[in-house]
Amino acid sequence: MRALRVLNVGPGVAIQDLGRAGYLAKGLTRGGAADVRAVHEGAALLRQAVDFAVLEMVGTGGSFEATDDIRIALTGATMTAAVDGSAVAWNASHILPKGSILTLGPTRDGTYGYLHVGGGFDTPSVLSARATHQSTGLGALVATGDSLDVGADRSGDVGLTLPRDSRFGGGVVRIVPSMQTDDFDAEIRMRFVDTTFRRDPRANRQGVRMDSDGDGFATPKALSIVSEVIVPGDIQITGDGTPFVLLAESQTTGGYPRIGTVLPCDLPRVVQAPAGAELRFEFVSLEDAAAIEARAQSEWCKLRSLAAPLVRDPAEMQDLLSYQLIGGVVSAVHSPLDEG
Amino acid sequence: MTVQFSPLIRSVGLGGVLVTFGDKATDGANRAAIAFRGAVDALGWPEVEESSSTLVSAFFRVDLAQHRFEVVRDKLATVLDGQDWSAARLPEGRALWTIPAVFGGTRAPQFDEAAEAAGLDPAAALADLTGTRLRVLTIGFAPGQPYLGTLGDAWDIPRQVGLSPNVPQGALVAAVRQICLFAKDTPTGWRHVGQSAFRCFRPKGFEPFPLAPGDEVQFADISATELARIEAHNADGSGGAVREELA
Repeated sequence: MRALRVLNVGPGVAIQDLGRAGYLAKGLTRGGAADVRAVHEGAALLRQAVDFAVLEMVGTGGSFEATDDIRIALTGATMTAAVDGSAVAWNASHILPKGSILTLGPTRDGTYGYLHVGGGFDTPSVLSARATHQSTGLGALVATGDSLDVGADRSGDVGLTLPRDSRFGGGVVRIVPSMQTDDFDAEIRMRFVDTTFRRDPRANRQGVRMDSDGDGFATPKALSIVSEVIVPGDIQITGDGTPFVLLAESQTTGGYPRIGTVLPCDLPRVVQAPAGAELRFEFVSLEDAAAIEARAQSEWCKLRSLAAPLVRDPAEMQDLLSYQLIGGVVSAVHSPLDEG
Repeated sequence: MTVQFSPLIRSVGLGGVLVTFGDKATDGANRAAIAFRGAVDALGWPEVEESSSTLVSAFFRVDLAQHRFEVVRDKLATVLDGQDWSAARLPEGRALWTIPAVFGGTRAPQFDEAAEAAGLDPAAALADLTGTRLRVLTIGFAPGQPYLGTLGDAWDIPRQVGLSPNVPQGALVAAVRQICLFAKDTPTGWRHVGQSAFRCFRPKGFEPFPLAPGDEVQFADISATELARIEAHNADGSGGAVREELA
């Protein structure tokens, strides 16, 4: 069987896919990749279906030996990446020759990096998915010595790249009013959208805590609400007034009120914001939110047409300063390569 | 006389539509939520990708970027109209579970304390906990984990102030007229009144989630010795429970 042998690996590395839908009534949330857009990008770069399993990495990656020629793509948070010691480009697809060693990590921007393989990871499926659901103990983190089976690959395309988007450094996140938004006074809602939050280091696949200066956002009604359903992107306000953005691996229900819900297409911006990054929330109407999300869904489906040949990969140039890149002055300090 | 609660239909982000039957966790609101969810599921609407019920609401997962909320809301309102859902029949296919459990002693150390909080002597408390046929009000917090109700008014006991650091899988814990049967070891403010060997989540089993909202549960009092015997032969996680179809 084609496989990637895990020579060593960081602490937060796990197999994910788009998760397990259909178990809400049984108390199990969908789970799956934290940054769903990155999964779509990997599928576009490898020209394969979006439901193949991928490797999700938090902060650090690991090193992996290919037992066969295997196509790979790298998406999400940028990590240092090399094949047998030579740097390879992020947000791109490559061939990993049989016997070569891929080294990944640590992240340089964002939070979650992804490794995709042609044919997808063919690890055991539980309840119809391969996604690791850490909070409920479904599946296990990847460990040194594991061998990750890789499925049959029906394509041969490599050397494609996608434009980098802006979701890795915080920014403005659009939210829609939700079932309990009206339980918060207008003053609290206004202060909430006027506040610049910082992503707290305390974050996991269940949710992300948002820090801010000044008063919290608690509503007196919070004391009496009945526990209610959670959807990914819900912003719950805990008893002390702190917002948490809930993610795909949250519990199915929660007893804290939700001030609003992040649009699914903006959730990757929350997920990828590194600790300390600034985030702000902006309400849009349900009607506008539906239109924005529908447009984003259709753009995600068209990523494949945006994947373009990787013409020249500066990261692979052995001696960068020997290249006359644009015929002008080449500075080792001000690197134009980091600006594209 | 209580004021009638008019069901509320609200959007939940862009992720679906919630129909709520009460602002307090009452038996009637819960019955309505389960029955209404069953009725809508039976209609087989293509836009509903899945559904669930919580203590007082039915949730329908619909992609509101692809289906207008107002349209889904109006369809749900049509189903709501003209029926008292709190008195509706519960859906077909439910089960009655008889689950053996130890009450009190070292395996359930807060039984006496809970009985006292309920103002009952231990015999009366045991009679309540084993004589009341409870309904699975909702499944949640952990996969497969049921909240069971509703016990009599005496059992409207608050959560304890401090948390018990680790109450084991299979525990029966009591608060606010409900019993929760723990799917896994859990820190909790509810009181540990009983202990079973029933596994609520069996990821590799034939039926990973044995319980469903609307199922009924009756506990049978057994000795600690008997529980130990069940635990020694519990590879399938059934914990000695017996399942019967409800007509």
